[in-house]
Amino acid sequence: MGIWIWVVLGILIVVVVALISVYNGLVRKRNQVKNAWAQIDVQLKRRYDLIPNLVETVKGYAKHERETLEAVTQARNLAQQVANAGAGERAKVEGELSSALSRLLAVAEAYPDLKANQNFLALQEELTSTENKIGFARQFYNDSVLRYNNQTQVFPSNIVAGMFGFKAEEFFETTTAAEREAPKVSFS
Amino acid sequence: MWEQIRANRIRSAFIVVFMGLLLLAVGFALGLYFFGSAEAGIAIALLVWFIMNLVALSQGDNILLALGKAHKIEKQDYPRLYNIVEEMTIASGLPKMPDVYIIDDPALNAFATGRKPDKAAVAVTSGLLQRLNRDELQGVIAHELGHIRNRDTMLMAIGGIMLGAIVILSWYATRIMFFGGMSGNRRSSSSGGGSGQIIILIVGLVLLILAPIAARLLYFALSRKREYLADASSALYTRYPEGLASALEKISGSSQPLKSANNATAPMYIINPFRKKGLAASDLTSTHPPTSKRIQVLRSMSGASFNSYDQAFRQVAGRRGVVPQGALAAVAETPLRAGSTDTEAGAAAEAKRARDVGDVLWKKNQYRTVDCQCGARLRIPPGLGAESIRCPRCGTVHKL
Repeated sequence: MGIWIWVVLGILIVVVVALISVYNGLVRKRNQVKNAWAQIDVQLKRRYDLIPNLVETVKGYAKHERETLEAVTQARNLAQQVANAGAGERAKVEGELSSALSRLLAVAEAYPDLKANQNFLALQEELTSTENKIGFARQFYNDSVLRYNNQTQVFPSNIVAGMFGFKAEEFFETTTAAEREAPKVSFS
Repeated sequence: MWEQIRANRIRSAFIVVFMGLLLLAVGFALGLYFFGSAEAGIAIALLVWFIMNLVALSQGDNILLALGKAHKIEKQDYPRLYNIVEEMTIASGLPKMPDVYIIDDPALNAFATGRKPDKAAVAVTSGLLQRLNRDELQGVIAHELGHIRNRDTMLMAIGGIMLGAIVILSWYATRIMFFGGMSGNRRSSSSGGGSGQIIILIVGLVLLILAPIAARLLYFALSRKREYLADASSALYTRYPEGLASALEKISGSSQPLKSANNATAPMYIINPFRKKGLAASDLTSTHPPTSKRIQVLRSMSGASFNSYDQAFRQVAGRRGVVPQGALAAVAETPLRAGSTDTEAGAAAEAKRARDVGDVLWKKNQYRTVDCQCGARLRIPPGLGAESIRCPRCGTVHKL
């Protein structure tokens, strides 16, 4: 009789320890998703800050490109307005901003004076790098979301996830022409 | 990635433990010879190892970077390199961006160092900055950050210290033995040792001679394994293995030897700084796998994940893969991306990069730069007494 109490107690301890480790794993993965999201946010804000500067510089040299310049400014303002929205909606707007920007940079190629301007060159490097950082932050974010979502869905950790309300997170997907990755990523 | 680190640790722990045993064995042999007691020798070995650890801990990466004549740079010094390191930090998910150094050397090479991921540094030579375009440089930096992320730099530091302790101990022991007479031997023979004692002494002597060699081979084995993994990490972070492949091609095509490298630091570079051109040998004493094979594996990848790298490796090498099992299942298939659109190829782009890097290094050496209106650029050395300087081309006098 006494033995059974110990066996039950032992099983109980094992279950509790497993529960704790699964829970902690979920929390760690969710935190990483949050960190990765913060990183995307930082880079997107950096881009908002760089754009007015770029528009001013280009304006001085390329007066005939008003439409392209306006498109960039508009896309930027729109993106800033939805800055507090969810990942899915934001990704769409930011994708449009990306393509408007790349059109502007392509247009700039036609103005040799502009391309010789030190200020423009520095801005171009900053912007190229910020675009890259957004891309890499998105890549890391999506990887983190995938890992976290997997954990909330597979047995047995889905039970713990359900008990404590760990919800699946949204991917950050852009689907515009300015997509950096040649083939489209599909996680669904 | 996390599973990767764990599998990596177990594998490497084995090699490190073996090196530790070697250190103890050297101490054992040392004790038998000079003090007649194995414990004293082991204690001395551990003490030497402990002191070396303390020195390494207090000096940190400074020793390595000082050896390589490295200059630390900030963002405004050279934005392109700084930005690329920042990009790769984001892609790899490192907790903190490593410090960035430029080594004043025309050779093409790069290395990473640091005991912890949040206290790491990457260094690249000025030659590398001149020759590589953005995609290629990104591939190289991603490879180095892969070393940091996979805890290779930590492991190489631990292994390096053990190797150093073993080499120092056995070097002094054999020197003293040959030139100073065997005091310990005399004592043990007076206490009446039999033939068994002599055999132990001979074994000890052989051990003292062989241990440094064995430790070196272990250290190099440790280093070779990591190179493939860092390549795989680079492909995963950049999603563009072609960048690293073409960088490796350029690097291996140049035969410029790195002035500042030595035997102990060799495993830390992206490519073996002592390689002989056109040699594809993968023998026991090389610190890196053959470059041609690394390029081939990178070029035959169909995706960017560890799975793709493993598959490509098996295709090229025809044997079992290099990525630990645990890491394979965890990562989803990830597609490659296209190279960046701005092509920075050609002699003009290279000349511009050379000028930019040159500017940074002049500035880091405390030279002042004066641009004359005739287009000449004057470099003024630190501590120049004169108050003005005349441009040698057009004769304009510049005030300092």
